[in-house]
Formats: sequence, C-alpha cells, structure tokens
Amino acid sequence: MTELSNTWFAERMGDHGIHSRYLEDHHPAHMPCLEIRRLDWAHAAEEAKRQAMRLVAIWAVEIVEEDASKQLYTYMALAHEEHRHVLLRTPIHHENPEILSISQHFISAYRMERHIQDMFGIQVRNILDARLWIKHEHWPEDAHPLLYDFDGKTPMLSDPERADMDYEYVPCDSESVYEIPVGPVHAGIIEPGHFRFLAVGEKILNMEERLGYVHKGIEKRMQGRTADEGLTLAGRISGDSTVGHSWAFAQACEYAANITLPKRASYLRGILCERERIANHIGDIGAICNDAGFAFMHMQCARLREDMARLHAEIYDHRLLMDNITLGGVAHDLSLKMREKLIQQTRDIAAEIEHLRAIYADTPSIQERVIGAGIVTTDEAKDIGLLGYVGRASGHSPDERIEEAYAPYDDLEVAIPEGKLGGVSTRVWVRFEEIANAARMVIQCLESLPEGDIQTPWNLPETGVSGFAAIESWRGEIVTWVHFGENGIIECYSVRDPSAINWLGLELAVRTVPVPDFPLVNKSFNCSYAGHDL
Amino acid sequence: MLRIMRQIIKVGSITEPLPTADGFEQLGAQLKAKIKQRFQGSLAIRFVDAGSCNGCELEVHAANNAYYDIERFGVSFTASPRFADMLLVTGPVSINMKTALEMTYEAMPAPKLVLALGDCAANCGVFGQDNYAIAGSVADIIPVDAVVHGCPPTPSAIIQGILQVMDSHHHAG
Repeated sequence: MTELSNTWFAERMGDHGIHSRYLEDHHPAHMPCLEIRRLDWAHAAEEAKRQAMRLVAIWAVEIVEEDASKQLYTYMALAHEEHRHVLLRTPIHHENPEILSISQHFISAYRMERHIQDMFGIQVRNILDARLWIKHEHWPEDAHPLLYDFDGKTPMLSDPERADMDYEYVPCDSESVYEIPVGPVHAGIIEPGHFRFLAVGEKILNMEERLGYVHKGIEKRMQGRTADEGLTLAGRISGDSTVGHSWAFAQACEYAANITLPKRASYLRGILCERERIANHIGDIGAICNDAGFAFMHMQCARLREDMARLHAEIYDHRLLMDNITLGGVAHDLSLKMREKLIQQTRDIAAEIEHLRAIYADTPSIQERVIGAGIVTTDEAKDIGLLGYVGRASGHSPDERIEEAYAPYDDLEVAIPEGKLGGVSTRVWVRFEEIANAARMVIQCLESLPEGDIQTPWNLPETGVSGFAAIESWRGEIVTWVHFGENGIIECYSVRDPSAINWLGLELAVRTVPVPDFPLVNKSFNCSYAGHDL
Repeated sequence: MLRIMRQIIKVGSITEPLPTADGFEQLGAQLKAKIKQRFQGSLAIRFVDAGSCNGCELEVHAANNAYYDIERFGVSFTASPRFADMLLVTGPVSINMKTALEMTYEAMPAPKLVLALGDCAANCGVFGQDNYAIAGSVADIIPVDAVVHGCPPTPSAIIQGILQVMDSHHHAG
C-alpha cells in the first residue's frame, strides 16, 4: 500500500486554492477522506473533472457528533486511474440545508443528488432535474427518511392528497409521436420499474426510466445494527450480486476495524466472486439470445448455470452463494476434494461456453439482431462513467481488480476485455471474454490456494471511525461506506451499486433502436433494480 | 444448424423426476390431475416482484430450466394478469409497489390463487415489518393461499408450493 499517492488530489486542489483537511478517523489511508469548505464543493468537482477523474458516488449522511449535536454532510467519491479513490465531504447547515449541484461536471451525479434531496430534504441548487426520484409522489411531502429524527420503524402511509399525483415525464406534443408506458410490473419474471417510451413509427425517440419501486429503506435499516447483522442485509441488496455486495460491505468494515484477512480467505473470496461473475454472465447471455428468439442458447446456458448452482449448494450451502463472506474471512473452507470438483466444473463450463460461443457467432439470425443494436459511444461512456462490462464494451474500463488491486487480485493476472463498438454484440463479447478470464482466475486461485486460516477474529471498530471499500462485482464497481458509533454499532451507511450509474447508459443506448429491440438492449445491460432502489 | 442439432442430441433430455420425499410425487400426480380438471391442463401464472432482491426471481427462472421443466405440469407464466389463474408474488411489499400489486390482483379473474414466495413475501424477511419503506408481507396486502419459505426457496420448493396452492384453495371451482 503506497501512502504517498493519497496526497495527490489534495495537492491538485491546493493548487487551485481549495483547502482540505484529512479526516483521521477514516480508513483506509490510501483512499483518504478530505473535508472541504462548502463553497468549494462544485469547484472541487470541476477540478476532479479536469484531472480526468470519474465520479464514483455522491451521498449524504447525518452524523451525531461527540457533543450529541447532529451534523449533515454530503460526500463525493472520485477515482483516478492511477491515483485511486478519494472522498470529499462538506458540512451542510441544518437551518438552510443546501448544496450546489455537481451534475454539470459529472452527469451521473444528478440521480444521486435527487436521492439526497428525497432522503434528506437538502436542496441541491442548479440540479439538472429536480423531480422526485426514490421518493414517489404519494409519500408525505415532509418525509425525508434518512434524517436522524425520522421514524424509520413505522410503515409510512401515503398522503391521500398526493396519492393521485403523477410523475412528470418528458412531454412531447407532436402528433406523430406516441407514448408507450411499460411497467412497473413487467411481462416476464423480472424486477419492477417503469419505462416511458416516446416513439415515432417503430423507432424510439426517447426512453425515460422511472425507478424506486423496490425501495426497501436499506440505508435506514442499517442504522443501529451490528456489522454482523449489516452483512446479512448487505448480502440481500441485490440477490444476483450477493458476493459482490457482501464483500464490499465486509471490506469497508474490515478497513474501519483495521483488520487484515488471511491470504487463504481472500483467495476464497476471489473464487466466490469470480464464480458469481461466471454464473451471471452465462445466465445473461442465454437471456439476451432468448430475447432475440434464439431459445437454444437460453436452454443451454440455463443448464450450465444450474450446474453451477447445484455445486454451490453442495459446497457452500447456498445455490446463489449467500452468507458465504464473514467479517474477517469466509464461512467455508475447501477440502482438497472440493477443490478438485470446483476446478473440474469450472474447466468444463468454460469449455462448454467456448463451444456455445462458436455456435452463437456462426448463427446469422442472432448476429443480425445483436450487431449494431443499442450503441453507447466511447465519449458517452466516459462522460457518464459507465462501469463493468457495460463500460468495457464502450472503451471505458475502470476495474478495481487492477486499479485498487485488493487481495487476491494483486497475485492474479487480471485481463480486461476492451470493446469499442458499444453495442449489444460487444457487450455479449465482453461477457464471453470475462467468463474465460474469470474461469482462469478461479482455477489459479484453487490451484495455488495458500495454507492458513480462513478467518481473522473480528474486533469492534472504534467509535466514530468510518471505512470505505470498492469491489469489482460482476456488474462493476460496488462502493460501500460505513460509519460506526459506540460499541461497533453502524451509525450511517451508504452503498452505490454499479446500476446507479449504468441505468443512465441504457437511456442513451435505446435512442433510435426499434421498440422491439428494447428488451434485447435492456438485457445486455441487465442493470439491477433492487441495487439501484435500495 | 447441424452443430445445434448435435449439441441438443449430445446433451439429451436432462429433465429429472421430482424429489420423492413425503409422498411429494403422489401430491404432484394428484394436483396435475386437478390442473387438468379445473384449468383444462394449463395453469397460467402472473409473476409480480413486489420488492424482492432478485434472488427469488433467479430461482423462479431456474424452475423453468431443463432440469426442473415446470411446464411439464401444465404450468406457464403469462404476461398479463387478465388471463392468470395464479399470482406468484416475491419480496416484502414495498410502499412503492403496493398499488401495483393491488391493481394486478384486481385485474385477475377468479379464482385469484395467490402464492407468496420466499421469506420476504412470507414475513418481510431481513427487511422487516418495522420499516418505513415496507407496507407489509404479501398477506397484509392481498389474500394469500399458500406460502413458500426460503431465502430464496429452491426450484423444487417453488414447484411444490405451486402445487400446494392448488390443494389448499377451496374457492368454488
């Protein structure tokens, strides 16, 4: 861990007269948290943009200080390819809670800023879009659930006067344009959300997302819990990314508690995370093909995914790998026999996928549908800061396994497929490549599994410390920030699923594609609703 | 095309018989007969995620894969509640999904069978009933005929649950 790199952004800001102060009780030191003045907030974002940093997340919290007074803060996390993550925070006045928007510098900020407005009642000035977001119209006007004094325990009742209020979608008064409302309940077995299409003939002119339907108050629910209870909840933020979310949560807690994992445990985590990546990519490739009527691939992929789930049930006691990451380690060690089984299956599945890939590539009916559909250009991807396979397919490839190089990836050779064309076929190509790479890393971890413990004893973080972690889940970078109060109780918490950013990419990708191509493009992104809505 | 055929033949039929514990197969046979009698051999299910984490959805998908092949019992998933016999609901019911769930239920024709799937649908699971964003378990919002526990329930538990709804429901058929 180089401690030198962490002064980099503070120096850049210093060059422009932005004063910053290190927060001693924030961990880890190589991803520091700097407090800046509120009037420098947007200026700092502008400087970050100039330094070619990307916006990782922006969130707010209300912390109870040592003298029992409550203080609102907004945080932003930024990342630089070489200089890694840095967090900035600034205090917000209670009487006049407002902050300047940074969405003119980082477009992806605006939905997270709307989340801040909804949850805290903080006015974000100059925001590009001031409509409600997670807070749906029927909520009482003064409900801001993440404020400390808000009663988070009683189910909130709709305000009868607001019950019939509608969200104002982007209007269009042209006679040749028609609207198609879709959702929140969708046709298939998928999560709920609303899409509003404006179409001309077959072509989509504009598609607008309306999310928040599966908001479950996770950030509020974390408050007052032990880290252990929090971990169980984090594993259920998005069921398909249970390993990714648990790992990000556990790592943030481990940084806060200043404990390091035994090498064996981090290898075992790597195996879990890469197997989760393989299983989800396989399922998605099948589903993408199915949305274009190529049911053969769907049946074959579903079979391979099931094979993986069954071995997971046998070895890890859970088909989707839930509750396998613990604070300071992992729940299951692997015997030699289990390792052999896992190696064998990973190898077999990777080989079967290569075979299916050849069939997919040689089938004109599917190629005709995926090539050129749903394009996001490199410039757009960089502007939004698209993550994971969606970013990689459009020539924007932040990857925490390389940039942050947390264990075990510091020992592994992580290869990143870099696509350029940014369409459905490129996203499928990236997923095929990632399956092969992940399989190689799983086998490498299994073959060179270090001896030792699988668990470092957990010790309670000190009062007032916070931890931050960034983990490359199968969808992309998940970041988690946890702040501890007395006795190791979580006082505030924030998480950013990659979907919070990638959903914006989907809106761009479906411009000018025909309406029937929407499911295909949507599936190639496969953003999480649950991970976004929290 | 030849390669596709070859792959299909190579994999062959992998569909498995259902687990035999607790006279389950007998139940299956019984209820398959019931589906045949009451729904002319085809039970149409409308699926609604009322706030799930997407874990249950993955397992409902799995129940459709070639190993479990839920369609062999005459069960199919439909895109509209208007011709659905059964509503399959996952998740604790979030305050933002409550209305959509109620409207879906309203839109169904009788007998409006309802299966609450997973621990969250049963009792709000880890998200809890003491939560501002959760309106309640599925049974707090609409009448429920059967509940399947599990986080998430396995595909065979899901199939078993669907068959159980048929057995526990005593509306005039």
